[in-house]
Amino acid sequence: MRFSDTQRLFAGRSAPIGGLGSILQRLYLDGPLLGGLLLVSALGLVVLYSAVAQNMDLWLQQCIRLFVALIAMVVVAQFPPDLLRRWTPWGYLAGLFLLVLVLVTGDVGQGAQRWLDVGIRFQPSEVMKLGVPMMTAWYLHDRQLPPRFADLLVIAVLIVVPTVLIAKQPDLGTSLLVAMAGVLVVVLAGLSIRLMLFLGVASIPGAYVLWQFMQDYQKQRVLTLLNPDSDPLGAGYNIIQSKIAIGSGGLFGKGWTNGSQAQLEFLPERDTDFIFAVMGEELGLLGVLSLLGLYLFVIGRGLYIAIEARDTYSRLLAGSISLTFFVYVFVNTAMVTGLVPVVGVPLPLVSYGGTSMVTLMAGFGILMSIHRHRKLLPH
Amino acid sequence: MSLTAPIKDHHSEARLFVGRVILSSVIAVILLGTVVGRLVQLQIYDHELFAEQSQGNRVRTEAVPPTRGLIFDRRGRVLAENLPAYQLELIPEQVPDLADTLARLARIGLIKEEDIPRFNGLSSSGPRFKPITLRFRLSEDEIANFAVQRPRFPGVDLQPRLVRHYPDGELVAHAIGYVGALSTADLGRLDGAAYSGTSHTGKTGVEHFNESLLHGEVGFQQVVTNALGRQVPVETREFSDALPASESPKPGHNLYLSLDLDLQRIATKALEGRRGSIVAIDPTNGEVLALVSAPTFDPNAFATGMSPSEYNALQNNENRPLFNRAVRGTYPPGSTIKPMLSLAALEVGATNLTRRSVCIGWYSLPGSSHRYRDWRPEGHGEVDLHDAIAQSCDVYFYEISRDIGIDNMHLYLDQFGLGKESGLDMNGESDGLNPSREWKRQAFRERADQVWFPGETIIASIGQGYMLATPLQLANAMAALGTRGDRFKPHLVAAYEDPITGRRTLMAPERLPRVNISNEFYWDNVIAAMHDVMQSPRGTARAAGANADYEMAGKSGTAQVFSVAQEDEYDEDEIAESLRDHALFVSFAPLENPRIAVAVVIENGSSGSRVAAPIARAMMDQYLTGSTDAF
Repeated sequence: MRFSDTQRLFAGRSAPIGGLGSILQRLYLDGPLLGGLLLVSALGLVVLYSAVAQNMDLWLQQCIRLFVALIAMVVVAQFPPDLLRRWTPWGYLAGLFLLVLVLVTGDVGQGAQRWLDVGIRFQPSEVMKLGVPMMTAWYLHDRQLPPRFADLLVIAVLIVVPTVLIAKQPDLGTSLLVAMAGVLVVVLAGLSIRLMLFLGVASIPGAYVLWQFMQDYQKQRVLTLLNPDSDPLGAGYNIIQSKIAIGSGGLFGKGWTNGSQAQLEFLPERDTDFIFAVMGEELGLLGVLSLLGLYLFVIGRGLYIAIEARDTYSRLLAGSISLTFFVYVFVNTAMVTGLVPVVGVPLPLVSYGGTSMVTLMAGFGILMSIHRHRKLLPH
Repeated sequence: MSLTAPIKDHHSEARLFVGRVILSSVIAVILLGTVVGRLVQLQIYDHELFAEQSQGNRVRTEAVPPTRGLIFDRRGRVLAENLPAYQLELIPEQVPDLADTLARLARIGLIKEEDIPRFNGLSSSGPRFKPITLRFRLSEDEIANFAVQRPRFPGVDLQPRLVRHYPDGELVAHAIGYVGALSTADLGRLDGAAYSGTSHTGKTGVEHFNESLLHGEVGFQQVVTNALGRQVPVETREFSDALPASESPKPGHNLYLSLDLDLQRIATKALEGRRGSIVAIDPTNGEVLALVSAPTFDPNAFATGMSPSEYNALQNNENRPLFNRAVRGTYPPGSTIKPMLSLAALEVGATNLTRRSVCIGWYSLPGSSHRYRDWRPEGHGEVDLHDAIAQSCDVYFYEISRDIGIDNMHLYLDQFGLGKESGLDMNGESDGLNPSREWKRQAFRERADQVWFPGETIIASIGQGYMLATPLQLANAMAALGTRGDRFKPHLVAAYEDPITGRRTLMAPERLPRVNISNEFYWDNVIAAMHDVMQSPRGTARAAGANADYEMAGKSGTAQVFSVAQEDEYDEDEIAESLRDHALFVSFAPLENPRIAVAVVIENGSSGSRVAAPIARAMMDQYLTGSTDAF
């Protein structure tokens, strides 16, 4: 097999006798991936400390969340991929049920009905960020690849139902990301490039239909992107202030906690969606490039794990999780730099906020499980 | 695994997957490269532009208001100053429970219950971080009271600021005027940039007229603000690396007035409980020594701000305390114009110093039965011009008025400054009225009314009828009499001082055209007669002139407020106070080289010699000898 050499090489390198390596091995954790994630998180905490205006309480909350997320990652890593695969349909159905429940009884937070209060408050849509790619990979696991047209129709239903439920909350950003995670599985499974191009062309009238269904604030975001200066104090304010923050940071930045845009509250949502601009202002181009480099390393490691994976489910899921992570990074940074509309996607592992971090880390836990369990699985 | 499933080709599947991963990776790198390119564009190429925008975002130029100039009297006593005062402020965003806080403040007596709705409105209208003023000026007790309870009132605090203060406000209110909060009308009139930090401006009097001297020049400083425009405390300003320069404000000029606070005090006290006005002038240079209008008011109330009800009470008071009678009040001058008319009569030959006339208590025009009465029903007997002035015989002046003629009267009274603004350095002066044929032609619409009647000349000769003068004009005319024709523009500001260099600039006396009397002898006689008014056994104001350490000249006047019918007697006790005659008195002293000229007008004061003259005497005593025994 073509990859077995690499595989052997890797196994030998990452499993030294005793020490850290053996602890990681016993916990089914992947050293390079964990290292990358910890570096990203640590850099994130440094930036966040400045972005929450040195508010110790908020910062400590984020540390606790990160800790909880890491625990979730370790826990998830303990489940072998085939066990996860067998549970997948049930998890998916439970997720759908919760989404319906949210629409019926959910709490309203920030103008949208996203939260479910079951002892702890959480967003069921977060579950679907993993649930949809898992379900898609489950469906394709024992089918011939590239998928046939009939399979694609079934998958389309599997993806569209949760997407629509989330979009109705309304949470357009998350619903698109959830759909994206599912679509990425199909793309990785070998969806015909010609079909993709066809769908791309066909999406132009689709975009028009979508526009009709969009809420006013969503339309506003798109229009603002096209011309932010048209409404500098209203809808365009975020993007203008964000660009000023990043641009004024220059190569080396204004120094940590010294960003006037961020510290003097010119920059909106500085600790959540726009935290990348805080970093750009205070740590400069070198700072943001370091972060992007770390992200790239994590994504690369994830894709490597996907390639190394032994079965269809694992490899599709691992690939989708890694690419989804990339999409988060890209959409957020592109949004903050004014390349795409403001869609409310946090910068993964850096933005202040709970549920999404747990979901992300659980996803990386799956990656680690896939990687660490692969030798134990009979092929 | 289902048996119906097609056989999977794991090898080709893996290859397909790797291909897709590589494709995705390429796309991902391209996309991320776009972001990096964008970052380079923003942070390297457009860095300067954005750096400038970010600087403009947070640095705001803030005006620093100048300190208003002080005002002193002629002896350097403070008339207007700036005192640090504590005002009570509330910052809405820092108050946990606004309703409760206001209620408790009302309970300890710092605010009034009825003001609470107004404060509620104020706190919800402006930005939440902007303080609203609950009280402008707290007393010492209130400051102490609040200081101990401050921990109970988060978001409420004492703020020091400079408040215009007039230590003897009621004594000088109408002369100094007052400052008040800048209104939109003020901002339209003044240079907005120069007043960008200023809260108050001169509204009336000296404060208003000399605004440009008093105000000073605005300074500016650069402050770091956050997105809400809120100023950031100094210690967190580390990102203010290179703030542009600031400039200190230049304080306004200090004014030295010619007013004498002692005279103001005497005059104000003398007019207490009355309506009237007193103006005193230095005849040698036009300096106004006293300018009082009664009733007076407390100008400090305007500087600190007062409630609408307090203002309405002042505005609607029937005695009109805000009305400056000294420059705006116009009164029939009555007999006070007789000395001036005497000079006119001598000059035009309407009489001479020896002509005698018999006063029988009334006068009629030939061919008319209408009797013009003398103030003394039994008449003055045989009088010459000197007696007519000293005893204020009306009939003598009725007789000579026909020969003087209204137009000559107008001409000479005009030389004394009647019927036109005196040019005092204060706004809002009234013209008064010095009638003439020409004036009447223009003043009336109906042709029948435009004709000047002989009877109108007769009553004009005793300062009645159309004739009106302000107390300021009367004092001016008296100054011109005292100097035998030399006239100066009256002024309140004697000097101003640059507060930084300490350099004082004196205001040079401004000469006005002389009163044109050809014969010095005429002046001597008229002044001698006025001297007798005060200090001869038959003078009308001999009581007021008695036992003076200096020689003085004066003339009383009584201005009719309503006409007594031909057959009726004027009985002071029987008519309402508001219809009683106005009491007037004009005088100057010393006789040779006079140093003070005074005009006293007391509305409905009945008798000039009895009521008004003693006040003038007291002021002269104070000014010339430093004694204030009389009042």
